[in-house]
Amino acid sequence: MGELFTLPVLLGIIYSGIRLATPYLFAAVGETFAQRSGVLNLGVDGIMLMGAYSGFYVGMKTGNIWLGLLAAAVVGILMGLLMSVISITFQAEQGISGIGLQLFGLGLSSLLFKTTLGGVESINGFKPVRIPLLADIPYVGEVLFNHNLLVYAAFLLVPLSAWFLNKTTFGLKIRAVGQNPQAADTLGVNVTRVRYFCVCLGGMLAGIAGASLSIALINLFQENMTNGMGFIAVALVYFGGWRPYGVLAGALLFSFVNAFQLWIQVLGINIPSDFAIMMPYVLTILALAFATKRAQQPAALTKPFERGEN
Amino acid sequence: MADRAGVKRVLNRTLEALLPLLAVPVAFLIGAVMLAALGANPLEAYGAMLQGAFGDKSGITQTLVKATPLLLVGLGVCIAFRGGVINIGGEGQIIVGALAATAFSIGFKDMSGWILLPMSMIMGALAGAVWGGIPGVLKAKLGVNEILSTVMMNAIAVQFSNYLLRGPMIDPKEIEQGTRIAQSALLPKAVWLTRLVPQTLLHSGAILAVILAVLVYIFLWRTTIGYRIRAVGLNIDAAKYAGIKVPFYQALALILGGGFAGLAGAVEVMGVQHRMMENLASGYGFSGIVAALFGALHPLGSIPASVLFGGLLVGADKMQRAVQVPSSLIDALLGLVVLFVVGSQIWSRWRARRRETHG
Amino acid sequence: MKSTLSRLLALVMLVVILAAGCAPAAETPAPQAATVFKVAIVMPSSITDMAFSQSMFEGLKKVQAEMGGESAMEIAYSENLFKVPDAAAAIRDYADKGYNLVIAHGSQYGTSLEQVAPDFPNTAFAWGTSMDTFQASGINNVFAYQAEAQQGGYVLGTIAALMSKTGIIGETGPVDAGDAKLYIEGFQKGAEAAKPGTTVSVTYTGSFSDVSLMATAAETHIAAGADMLTGSSQSVVGAIGVAKDKGVYWFGTQWDQTSLAPEAVVASQVYDWTGILKDMIASVQKGVMGGKAYTLTFKNGGLVIAYNPAITVPAEVKTAADAAIAGINDGTIVP
Repeated sequence: MGELFTLPVLLGIIYSGIRLATPYLFAAVGETFAQRSGVLNLGVDGIMLMGAYSGFYVGMKTGNIWLGLLAAAVVGILMGLLMSVISITFQAEQGISGIGLQLFGLGLSSLLFKTTLGGVESINGFKPVRIPLLADIPYVGEVLFNHNLLVYAAFLLVPLSAWFLNKTTFGLKIRAVGQNPQAADTLGVNVTRVRYFCVCLGGMLAGIAGASLSIALINLFQENMTNGMGFIAVALVYFGGWRPYGVLAGALLFSFVNAFQLWIQVLGINIPSDFAIMMPYVLTILALAFATKRAQQPAALTKPFERGEN
Repeated sequence: MADRAGVKRVLNRTLEALLPLLAVPVAFLIGAVMLAALGANPLEAYGAMLQGAFGDKSGITQTLVKATPLLLVGLGVCIAFRGGVINIGGEGQIIVGALAATAFSIGFKDMSGWILLPMSMIMGALAGAVWGGIPGVLKAKLGVNEILSTVMMNAIAVQFSNYLLRGPMIDPKEIEQGTRIAQSALLPKAVWLTRLVPQTLLHSGAILAVILAVLVYIFLWRTTIGYRIRAVGLNIDAAKYAGIKVPFYQALALILGGGFAGLAGAVEVMGVQHRMMENLASGYGFSGIVAALFGALHPLGSIPASVLFGGLLVGADKMQRAVQVPSSLIDALLGLVVLFVVGSQIWSRWRARRRETHG
Repeated sequence: MKSTLSRLLALVMLVVILAAGCAPAAETPAPQAATVFKVAIVMPSSITDMAFSQSMFEGLKKVQAEMGGESAMEIAYSENLFKVPDAAAAIRDYADKGYNLVIAHGSQYGTSLEQVAPDFPNTAFAWGTSMDTFQASGINNVFAYQAEAQQGGYVLGTIAALMSKTGIIGETGPVDAGDAKLYIEGFQKGAEAAKPGTTVSVTYTGSFSDVSLMATAAETHIAAGADMLTGSSQSVVGAIGVAKDKGVYWFGTQWDQTSLAPEAVVASQVYDWTGILKDMIASVQKGVMGGKAYTLTFKNGGLVIAYNPAITVPAEVKTAADAAIAGINDGTIVP
């Protein structure tokens, strides 16, 4: 047991946790925007898969992973657009449309994979980029500052999103639309346009989340490779109280505990693997249960907006 | 005069509920393009789908067998959603319900069937109720959002089930044969639900589900508790002003939702599989939500909705086999159907509102 | 006016759906030459999983080619059927459609087979991985097959331990059960026997498809000092990717995983089902519909170690591996 709390293990957990958290961060921050504007998108997992496939396929065919990343972002936006049309314009029940979108994304990505690629193969994805001075910091330098670009981007996304949501005019519009769309409407805010923007932004980030798996972290595509990550990402938005920093805390908690439980297994500590695997899920619930601040969800979340309706 | 108005109202409501189904052919059209692109004949494919789901005894019974857990989970979803809580924990609740029914019936296998059968079902429902109740209580007492907790509880249930099925609950026969397949022993014959049609899997659980649907309708619309649950779901603030203890009824909605999902799990093991195995729930937790919403969140509406959705699922698999298209096409097609149907609910709502304003 | 229109639309919709249903549904294929052998296979994962399902499907395709192509053997398949009731429906459906041999390629399909097989005495069924042909229940049309995964595991473990410079080996498993468990335990035994004192750590992710967690598991093993990795299930592709990135060696099972990372995969235990398939088909053609239990071993050629030519395995290690195989074959080594 004592070997668990040593420096190499701790550093290993930080390294793995950061990598594991990356796709969750992209997807969950994206979903935060959508939910802040009042739309629940449960289809994130499906968008991630489409993004993973697109990024991989374009990256492989063109030999350029940046094009792949772009493709993933574009596909993500398109999926977000589909969600927007169904859930905002057609005012569909958002929980259901999300499930439908996820199923569609899962099916389409697998189908395209089958017909265009035929088999699992690996790609030369984004390589780790060592940040010179910072990576030289003893001990923590290597595990914090020797990651691929998408990892850095995921973490930088957090303060960027927090600033955008809280300090810009558009961010104010987003929050208003999610809290009281009627009032926002009377003040001249185009509720529909703001929501479309947020859901498409969420889609784009979910697409990039998928690409982070297929062309940066794992460097291959396999059918259903996300295995439900998208749903966890949505749950993390609730954990994080609809704030980017809260989502960061949730993603890190979940990922670090996952890395931690793997170390427990590696070190042969006598806990049945099933219970070790449960740890991140249990701890996430406990963490929220014992959190002192309780954020209020956007008042208009999942409620379709219609002009003149009270 | 009043009677005719009432009948007209029911007819209009039913038509409005059916309108979204107009979207299905549209989704199928897109599917036809995909089928053709893969070299399959769309007419032959859809023919196989319809034929497979409703065309013969085998198809109809398979559809009804699938509809049973969909309806049971859907009933729980009706209660939960009407109470304003979102229960995505069906997957986990089904699993623990099945585990409880299995453990109980095997553990007490010498008990008389008259007691063992209903008790096993009750145990399943209780287990599901607890699994839904934990998020419920966490929400009521600590304000933990139920989407977070139910998603987490799903994953925990899967691992818990793995642990039990490979360890304490594994079939002793597996150990002696050395194969160690992660499944439980066969449930005692006393709790096997009667097969309604020989040579098929259709079991009495289907009838139970329909009866429960009626009971849930009565519960939600004709009892005080049901009324309060719906009140909380419609308008939390109004409910508070009316003196209704909102957190309590929200928790209750989750407990009941979990209970029905747990019952679905128990019924599945007792009626179909006769033993507990891995991947028992896969998908029913979510499909049940879709079925409930197709049924307009009405317990009675959930009955045809579950049958139709069950038929869609059964037919889709039959189609896959008949024209040998990849199963991923089926997933994409089902996703499209859900998207289109739920997207066309606006027509119903628009029509309903027009009706209201024009009298 | 509008309500009549919607009623009309609903009627049209109903007609369209019914018309599709009455359309020439599943045209009966033109009666083919009686010699066409029809095989259907039901699998719990994808045919591109680089593991369990792919090994059987590719084996089937190989036998089809050897028999003369599609005019000699027709193959129908349904993949990703991890839900047992759905698989049961598929098995029954294929039997109903007149397939000569229906393969239920998943240990969880047993109960379903037990219920379906008696209803189709003229159809041969095959169940894997398992050794139970249900003859004890009076069923005579079920073949059973499995792989002695621990044999290949033992041999690969031998190679890994002898090639390891750190003396630390990592195993990334999905779930602690079935074929994966057999392989992982065999690997551990082989490693410890080849070089006593070797540390073998095992992790499980709890899922057959959690690629991301598999990758993290591999990272963890490597951080703990492992320079040799192995694992089982379709999700190992995640671990292989990490092994490649970190310059660590990988050993595969169920299918030759070299193509995924030619610079990392040293060797794989390949399941060659063709011998079993050919025997089953021949038996069915002679009228024997079941009752035989098969297993893949080194001895019967069902298990093969495929070495990656791009990675040099020292001669003495290869000798040790061959000795292990010989020992397993004559019974002196029991993995």
